Amino acid sequence: MSEVTFRDAIKLGMADALAADPSVFLLGEDIAEAGGTFKLTEGLMDEFGVERVRDTPISEQAIIGAAIGASIRGLRPVAELMFADFAAVCFDQIANQLAKYRYMTGGQVTVPATVRLVNGAGGGFGAQHSQSVENWFLNVPGLKIAVPGSPADAYALIRAAVRDDDPVLFFEHKALYNVKGALEPGDEPIELGSAAIVRQGTDVTLVATQLMRVRAEEAAATLEGEGISVEIVDPRTLVPLDIATITGSVERTNRLVVAQECSHDGSWGASIVSRVIAESFDLLDGPPVVVSADATPIPYAGPLEHAWIPDAGRIANAVRTSVGAA
Amino acid sequence: MNAVSVPSDRVDVDEALGLLRGMIEIRLFEEEIQRLFNRNLVRGSTHLCTGQEAVAVGACAPLRTTDAMLCTYRGHGAVLAMGAPLDRTFAEILGKAEGLCAGKGGSMHLTDVEVGAYGSFAIVGAHLPIAAGFGLAARYAGTDDVSLCFFGDGSTNIGAFHEAMNLAAIWKLPTIFVCENNLYGEYSPVARTTPLEDLSRRADGYAMPGVRVDGNDVRAVRATVADAVDRARAGDGPTFVEALTYRHKGHSRTDPGTYRPQEEVDAWLARDPIPAFERVLIEEGVPAERVEAAREAATTAVAEHLDRALAWPDPLPAARFDHVYV
Repeated sequence: MSEVTFRDAIKLGMADALAADPSVFLLGEDIAEAGGTFKLTEGLMDEFGVERVRDTPISEQAIIGAAIGASIRGLRPVAELMFADFAAVCFDQIANQLAKYRYMTGGQVTVPATVRLVNGAGGGFGAQHSQSVENWFLNVPGLKIAVPGSPADAYALIRAAVRDDDPVLFFEHKALYNVKGALEPGDEPIELGSAAIVRQGTDVTLVATQLMRVRAEEAAATLEGEGISVEIVDPRTLVPLDIATITGSVERTNRLVVAQECSHDGSWGASIVSRVIAESFDLLDGPPVVVSADATPIPYAGPLEHAWIPDAGRIANAVRTSVGAA
Repeated sequence: MNAVSVPSDRVDVDEALGLLRGMIEIRLFEEEIQRLFNRNLVRGSTHLCTGQEAVAVGACAPLRTTDAMLCTYRGHGAVLAMGAPLDRTFAEILGKAEGLCAGKGGSMHLTDVEVGAYGSFAIVGAHLPIAAGFGLAARYAGTDDVSLCFFGDGSTNIGAFHEAMNLAAIWKLPTIFVCENNLYGEYSPVARTTPLEDLSRRADGYAMPGVRVDGNDVRAVRATVADAVDRARAGDGPTFVEALTYRHKGHSRTDPGTYRPQEEVDAWLARDPIPAFERVLIEEGVPAERVEAAREAATTAVAEHLDRALAWPDPLPAARFDHVYV
C-alpha cells in the first residue's frame, strides 16, 4: 500500500486510462505545456504527446462541444474545466447537448465523454472560482455525477468515468489536492453508483462528500470521545445514487445527518433527506438534520470564507442535535 | 465484371436529375408536413425549409455517409438530402415508434447516423462546436472524413459560433461551416441584428477562407461546398460558406411572415430554386419528359412513404425510459 495525494491519484488515473485505451485523450486550458493550473496533468503531454493531451483556447463551449463530437465517433475524451464555476459558460453544451444527445436520437449514439470540474471553497479564490456546482446538474437527466472523497475513490472513479458509455461529470475538490490517502496498486474501477461506509458506527448516519467527508471524519473522532458513535456514508456518486446503502445505514442507526458544501435549497443533501423520509420514514427516530453552507455567494476574506464553509464543529453539533445530546 | 463506359455528359445529366428529384422530394415533404400539422398530427412546432432546398441538396451532395452532417431545427431538408428514408423521417415527426429517433426527437432533432446525419439541433449555434469535435475525431483517427454544419444567419451572432470557428481554424479541422443566410433571424432582418451585410467576411476574423454563393443555385452550392470538402479532406482546414437564400414560409408554424415586404417575397419566389433548375436543365437540352419523370418519381415516393408512416404504431409509453440512465 502506498500513500498518494488526490492530485497524484487523479493524474495516475488519467495516465492509466491513456495507456490502456488509445481512444482516450485529454483537452482543456493549459493542461498540456503548462501541466494544468493545479498541475493535474503535469508530465502527461511529454508521455502521451500533443494529440492526446491538448491545450485549447479559453473557450469552454468549444471544449465541451469538441468532446461531445469526438466521443460520438468512439473516442473517450476527458475535458477539464479549470474551475467548476466555468460550467456556467458552457451550461448549454453540458445540460442540452451532452446530457440529451443519446436520448434525443433514440439511442443512435452514445456520448462517452468525461468532464473534470475543479470544485470547492477554502482557498480564497472568491465567489466565481470557489463554488461546488454539482447541484446545478442534479436536475439534468442524462448526466452521471462523481464526487470522490478519497484518493483511492478518485482514482477508481476517474477510471470508471472514462470507461462509462454515458457522460460523467467528475468533480474534484481543490482543497483536497494535497491530502494523502492509501492507494493500492492495481485498484480496480468501482462501479458508478456504489456508496462507501467509510466509518462504522451505531448512533447516527452522517452522509458527506469531498471536503465535508474529511470534516465529518474529524467530527466523528471528537464525538467518539463523547460516547456518540457515528457511521459515515460517502455516496461517491450523486447520479447514480446508492440510496440503498444510505437507508441500510439508517436502518441500523435510526438517525440521519447530511453535511454539504453548498446552500440548502435545491441541493443533493435535501434530496437525500426527502427520499429517506418518503421511502423509509419508519426507520427514523427523529428529524434528519442537514448541515449546509450559507445561502450567499462565497466571500473572499479568510474569516468570512471560513465561516461560510461548514466546519467539523458545526457538523458535530448537528450530530449532537440529532441524537438529542445538544 | 465488365466495365461499362458511360459518357461524362450522361453522368452529369443523371446527377443533375438526382439533385432535382432531391429538391422536389424535400419541397413535397415540407408541404405534407404543413398539412399534417394542420390536421393536428404533428406536435409542438415545425420550421419548414421551403425555398432553401438547393442549399441542403447542393451542400450534402459532396458528402459521404462516413462524413458527419449536423444541422439546425430547420433541418428536414438536410437530413433527407443525406439520404434518410422518407418514411422513417415522416414517422419521427409524426411521433411514431418507427421514426428515425424512435419518437424521442421529433421535427427539431431528426438524426440518422446510418447516412451520416448526426443530428438536428434546436439551440442556435450549439452544434458548431460539436461539428468541430467530429472534425477532431477524424483527424485523431487519421481518416479523411469531414464534418459539415448548417446554421442560419442568426447563429453568426452567438458565442458558440465564434468559439467553434476559432477552434476549427487553429486546429485546421476538416469542418465546413455552411451559413444559410435567408435574410431573417426568426422575425428580424439581418441588417437589424448584424453589422455586416456580407456574412462570409466573418471568416476573416479566423483566417479562414470565406465564400459567398447563390444558395438558390443547387449546382453552384454543390461546387462551392465540394471545393471546401476537398480542402478539408486534404488537410487544409475549415471553410466558411455563406449561401444566400430565402425562406418561403414564416419562421415557424405560427408565423405568417408578414414582416417581410411583399416585393421582396415576390422577387424571391420568382427565384424559386426548383423551377429555376428545371428551366436550366431544359435549356441545356435535357428532355422535358426526363425532368417531368423526376417530379413524378418524387411525388410518388413522398405519397407512398407518408402512407406507410401514417400506418405505423405509436411508441409504447414505457419506451420513454430507454436510451438514458434512469
